[in-house]
Amino acid sequence: MDDDELKPAVELVDITKAFPGVVANDAISFSLRRGEVHILLGENGAGKSTLISILSGMLTPDAGQIIIDGEPAEIRSPRDALDAGIGTVYQHSLLVPTLTVLDNMMLGTNRSFRLDRVHAQKRMHELTQLLDVEIDPDARVGDLALGQRQQAEIIRALWSSERVLVLDEPTSMLTPQGVQSLGRVMRRLAERGLSVVFITHKLNEAIDFGDRITVLRRGRKVGELEPLQMVGKGVDDLKDEIIALMFGASSAGADANPSGNIEKAEWLDQQPVCFRLVDVEIQGDGPKPILDGITLELRRGEVLGIAGIDGNGQKELAEVIAGQRPLLHGQVYLDDKEIQRLSVAKRQDLGIRYVTDDRHGEGTVGQLSIAINSVIKRIGQRPFWRRTRIRHAVINEFARTMIAEQDVRTPNEKVPIATLSGGNMQKIVVGRELAKGPRVVVYNKPTYGLDVKTMQVVLNQIVEQARRGTTAILISTELDELISASDRIAVMYEGRITGILPSRPGIEAQLGELMTGASA
Amino acid sequence: MTVPLSPAPENDDLDHPRSDKAESRLKRSLTTISVSVLPVVAAIIVGGLLLLVLGRNPFLFYSNVISHGLIGSLGRQESLIRMAPLLLLAAGLMVAFPAGIWNLGGDGQFVLAGVVVAALGPQMAPYTNGWILFPVLFVVAFAVGAAWSIVPGIMKAWLGMNEIITTLMATFLGLRLSALLVKEFFADPSTTVPQTKVLPVKDRLPRIFGTRVNIGLVIGIVAILGVHYMMTRTAFGLRLRIVGMNPAAAVHAGMNMKALTMSIFLISSGLAGMAAAVQIVGVDGVVRAEWNPAFGFTIVPLVFLARFNGPAVIGFVGAFAVLQIGGEWASRQADLPNYFVVVLVALMLLFLAVSEYLQSRSVRAGER
Ligand SMILES: Nc1ncnc2c1ncn2[C@@H]1O[C@H](COP(=O)(O)OP(=O)(O)OP(=O)(O)O)[C@@H](O)[C@H]1O
Ligand SMILES: [Mg+2]
Repeated sequence: MDDDELKPAVELVDITKAFPGVVANDAISFSLRRGEVHILLGENGAGKSTLISILSGMLTPDAGQIIIDGEPAEIRSPRDALDAGIGTVYQHSLLVPTLTVLDNMMLGTNRSFRLDRVHAQKRMHELTQLLDVEIDPDARVGDLALGQRQQAEIIRALWSSERVLVLDEPTSMLTPQGVQSLGRVMRRLAERGLSVVFITHKLNEAIDFGDRITVLRRGRKVGELEPLQMVGKGVDDLKDEIIALMFGASSAGADANPSGNIEKAEWLDQQPVCFRLVDVEIQGDGPKPILDGITLELRRGEVLGIAGIDGNGQKELAEVIAGQRPLLHGQVYLDDKEIQRLSVAKRQDLGIRYVTDDRHGEGTVGQLSIAINSVIKRIGQRPFWRRTRIRHAVINEFARTMIAEQDVRTPNEKVPIATLSGGNMQKIVVGRELAKGPRVVVYNKPTYGLDVKTMQVVLNQIVEQARRGTTAILISTELDELISASDRIAVMYEGRITGILPSRPGIEAQLGELMTGASA
Repeated sequence: MTVPLSPAPENDDLDHPRSDKAESRLKRSLTTISVSVLPVVAAIIVGGLLLLVLGRNPFLFYSNVISHGLIGSLGRQESLIRMAPLLLLAAGLMVAFPAGIWNLGGDGQFVLAGVVVAALGPQMAPYTNGWILFPVLFVVAFAVGAAWSIVPGIMKAWLGMNEIITTLMATFLGLRLSALLVKEFFADPSTTVPQTKVLPVKDRLPRIFGTRVNIGLVIGIVAILGVHYMMTRTAFGLRLRIVGMNPAAAVHAGMNMKALTMSIFLISSGLAGMAAAVQIVGVDGVVRAEWNPAFGFTIVPLVFLARFNGPAVIGFVGAFAVLQIGGEWASRQADLPNYFVVVLVALMLLFLAVSEYLQSRSVRAGER
């Protein structure tokens, strides 16, 4: 490593950014060297997204300086950032699904009136070379697999010039292979002299992919691990060190879910079957059905994990159970009552709950307060409404309790929910489904975007609820999470259940096989 | 992920009515006011420049507007009378727009309801008194207006068809149908002009305290305040706003989208029908073939300027009525076509868009 490489390409100096009621960034300094992958870690609401929003021009800091190549720089808009060679991939796609990849690239970046297709094709070629990936420029973005879509997103971020690539929680929706190939892309970019900022909640990824780690807590920078500190230490020691930094020294490592699996299995055997799907089928646009003859039986208090690579019908299964999607044929039973024709609202009354994985799209209404969002599925119901009149005091009180119970970081319950950090928003989405007597809860990737500690809290909550008699269907792509929380695990592949296994450590390989279509 | 706040502070105050800091609340209402008032001021200035270019004296024009539409007692009463139907139409839009439904069929619903009321009123009047006549006519007007939106409503709710197109088509058809009805079925045989029978003046809406202003104004204000209350305080209103802000969230939360969509169409169009009843039973007493005052279209920008806020709508409608009544006179004085008032309203809308854009930029820059 020579001097030039150690000199920062971009430096954030004493960046401070306050929102009403919170200091999201408190005099944070953060430097990016040429050719490094720099990991940004921190609990939910620590200020990671705020910091990179400042770097990418989405927010302007209250105080502090941005220095690029030794020169103070003004970044007042996303355009300024792109011009300075800082490209960002946000958690939500900025691509238009109905347009082709190439059109999408030209959409945001073509500055002259005329579309310069030839130049765009050339640039596209350069960047796919740089990333060492293959993407058909004429494919519709909506038809791309998730991993490829993300590569397109990266290409878009690097389109106008390439110096810094910022990735905000890019791996939460990827398959393990997708994560690996993203890791390769980042490494390759770093080798070409770019700097990469990578935000994640998964410590394994941080340690595998990162050269340097910066840890934030409650708006402050609390630690930085240099490459030299990172090599030579065992992975577990490193993890402990990071966790101590992230949550404060007092916090021991996140406690795992108490097992007692054998007792639970015996107890479960005595519980009645309370939820059934019989031969459920739904049709997609293509010739293949999205769900193809799904039959499941769940006992009261059972946690059934659903494993599978994203996009094999898990989301549709959840929507069928919630009532958001009509089924072609088949039955859904709660106890012995057929419910497949009931509306979403009726099923909610019966105790069927759905924790969506799409918290921004359908889970919340960004402009409305946290309080309203916490009761959005109970509009018009007592005690929050009386004779259809809204009772703000009761709703606010309810929301305050939820905020305290779920440890949501927010100044108060009246702020628009869009101001919450990703993980804190997720806590509300989970918390509200558990209120008021749930009987069957479908959790679709409930830990997505949560920091390790909160993730464990949520998983424990699911297990706890189940012990008190709530049946849970836990959809996830994380096998260890499924194994730790479930009683049984069903695997979905192309809309079918390819196998159901009792959950215990060591079945990863078996699950992995089922996930790729081999039958049990 | 830090999400930029929604550019428009739309209904901001509705959901945090008791915000903790009075200061931030003041700031918020100041921005809201400036966003609404600045476009009006800008439109007046640019309109003035336009008058200069046309060789007219802008000060004379505007002072004519004010003196005739607001200060002169006759004109002021005219303005108040004009407010009544406009308020009811605006109330209808205050239901539809926040829910993201672009009911642009107001004029068709209005005219058709007006024709039916004008045909029915003189028939009924000899046999009843006001206590029966007026409620019946209002209910009928509501029903006719609502009925004229059933087809666009169904097309939207069940087939997902764009309601802008269907309601505009329905307006076109409604206007033709109205003309046909007047000429062929409801024409008064005692005159050669194609028009309905005239509702005798004694059978029109009662007036307020010896003025010429009828109680339609009261009905209009009550309608606005009622809708405002409904949208801000009731479960139904919150559902409608959620449908407008994020339809996917509405589905996820278990709302009955088809029923909600239909009720938006019916209420909104029913109110447009009632607006016609106020105009016919309160003022005109008769409908000629090809009648179409186009109130429904002119009211659209005002509802946006007022950001669906009831009291603000009343203010804007009042100002607009003055502009319309005074503007007719001032335009005639300045030898300009009456359309000049419409130009002013269009300018306001344009500047509204500009000021919203500027505001959303400053929000994004975090300078709120
Ligand atoms: N636009 C905003 N308005 C008000 N507060 C905000 C806004 N954006 C972020 N915040 C607050 O700033 C703090 C930091 O949020 P940030 O999104 O940076 O957290 P994060 O580290 O990315 O968390 P997560 O891991 O959950 O995504 C949070 O308390 C959040 O509520
Ligand atoms: Mg974040």
